[in-house]
Amino acid sequence: MKKEMICIRCPKGCRMNVEYENEKIIRVTGNGCKKGEAYAFDEIVKPMRIVTSTVRVVGGRLPVVPVKTSIPVRRSIIFPVMQEIYKASVKAPIKEGQVLIKNPADCGADVVATLGMEKTGTKDD
Amino acid sequence: MIENRSLVIIGSGPAGLAAAVRARKSGIDDVLLLEREDQLGGILKQCIHTGFGVKIFKEELTGPEFASRYIRKVKELGIDYRLDTMVISMDEGKNITAVNPRDGLVVYKAECVILAMGCRERARGALRIPGTNPSGIFTAGTAQKFVNIEGMKPGKTALILGSGDIGLIMARRLALEGMKVKAVCEIMPYPGGLERNIIQCLEDFDIPLRLSHTVVRIHGGHRLEGVTIARVDELLKPVPGTEEYVKCDMLLLSVGLIPENELSREAGIIIDPVTGGAIVNQNLETSVEGIFACGNVLHVHDLVDYVAIEAERAAKSAVEKIKGKGKDPKKRIQITAGNGIRYTVPQIIDYYDENEKIKIYFRSSDKLDESRVTVTCKGKNIYTKKYKRLIPAEMEYIKITASDIKGRKVIIEAEKR
Repeated sequence: MKKEMICIRCPKGCRMNVEYENEKIIRVTGNGCKKGEAYAFDEIVKPMRIVTSTVRVVGGRLPVVPVKTSIPVRRSIIFPVMQEIYKASVKAPIKEGQVLIKNPADCGADVVATLGMEKTGTKDD
Repeated sequence: MIENRSLVIIGSGPAGLAAAVRARKSGIDDVLLLEREDQLGGILKQCIHTGFGVKIFKEELTGPEFASRYIRKVKELGIDYRLDTMVISMDEGKNITAVNPRDGLVVYKAECVILAMGCRERARGALRIPGTNPSGIFTAGTAQKFVNIEGMKPGKTALILGSGDIGLIMARRLALEGMKVKAVCEIMPYPGGLERNIIQCLEDFDIPLRLSHTVVRIHGGHRLEGVTIARVDELLKPVPGTEEYVKCDMLLLSVGLIPENELSREAGIIIDPVTGGAIVNQNLETSVEGIFACGNVLHVHDLVDYVAIEAERAAKSAVEKIKGKGKDPKKRIQITAGNGIRYTVPQIIDYYDENEKIKIYFRSSDKLDESRVTVTCKGKNIYTKKYKRLIPAEMEYIKITASDIKGRKVIIEAEKR
């Protein structure tokens, strides 16, 4: 099988041709560096994504806090992770980087806050 | 009340933050950063997805994380900033009138100004889509603010018009939050956003991208009930007989950004009709001496890292001017965007030093595979660079050496090889 693919490991965006069979990469051409081969392997064999969303906050300056998975998770597990994110609710104050959900859906990553959140009524000034 | 300041920066998004940090680190003690919202960070606050900082921090950050790195520096360096502060006017003498609830009306007299006001979104009115005027029609960025900051769902089923990056990011965001995205329609035959967003926002979620399609009618009373879409021909005119009705209660518009240059115009700054931003030289100085521009208020960027890099460049130029190191140029050279080039930034080169390497950012006007970009002056080629592919959605740059420029005019062109 052949697939045309654009490497997105850096903003350069190398246009690559990937030949593969089942889950085995045979040849990658057009990549500017080694990252391209790794990207082709990941996209075809096991695509991984960092999931970003928001988690509900109680008593915070804002009603939700932005979050991400601490490391990329399997693409196929995004919605099970989202189910845990929907259910979660955390109390302010929250620190940037704080773990809000530990290993949701056994995805291998934690859900962490990407923004610090003060309690309601406090203001950044 | 009039306050004197060496440097006033208007806007605290990525451009304003990066410019403030750089200027303060270069020894300007009385930098003042003005922000109309109640938090620093600008649009980064609502861009909760990753993809920021790859160039500058060598890691992939979310918007809030990218902003907080700069905000921490702003605070550590003791940079003076005012929140809830709206600049209401600016003149060519660099008098900036601003209002906020604490100080009331204040006039800042600045030696130098850096414009970092960013963009606003094109809205429905600019598109002239026929039909009714129900609720449920949002610009993509407004919907993004509702979902990511206010924690609300703006509807159940969406159609997105325009495949700019914000539209693609929002397609994924709505899908993640359990809303249905019927399609992203793009009037052009190629997508407007970055490749990674096509893959990770649309393909990952099986959201169809309908190229050469647009919305031709809006239906609904109080609330949007659906839209009619149609294919367009090469002249971008809808083709009769290709209409399809799509049931949806949300229409998101991701149809372009408009640099917010009302203040710039008021100060007499000359605006480039193509970019919608100021005409600048390689130091990012506008037509009014001592006023610099950077970030999306100058031209729309695809990557925030480039905004921050450009802002540092503007700050460096402003600092040199404040410290009295600014020189008069030997001559001024006009850059013309020729065939295949939509625009360049800068539009002007001021010739100071023959060894200066001048970085010129540009966008192509069309998709060009296997192409070549050339710079000529007085009919002579002074620079050539080959590209595998040029697309308008991706900004590129070239570097030319000042001493290669003879005369007062250079033309930059792109063509197929």
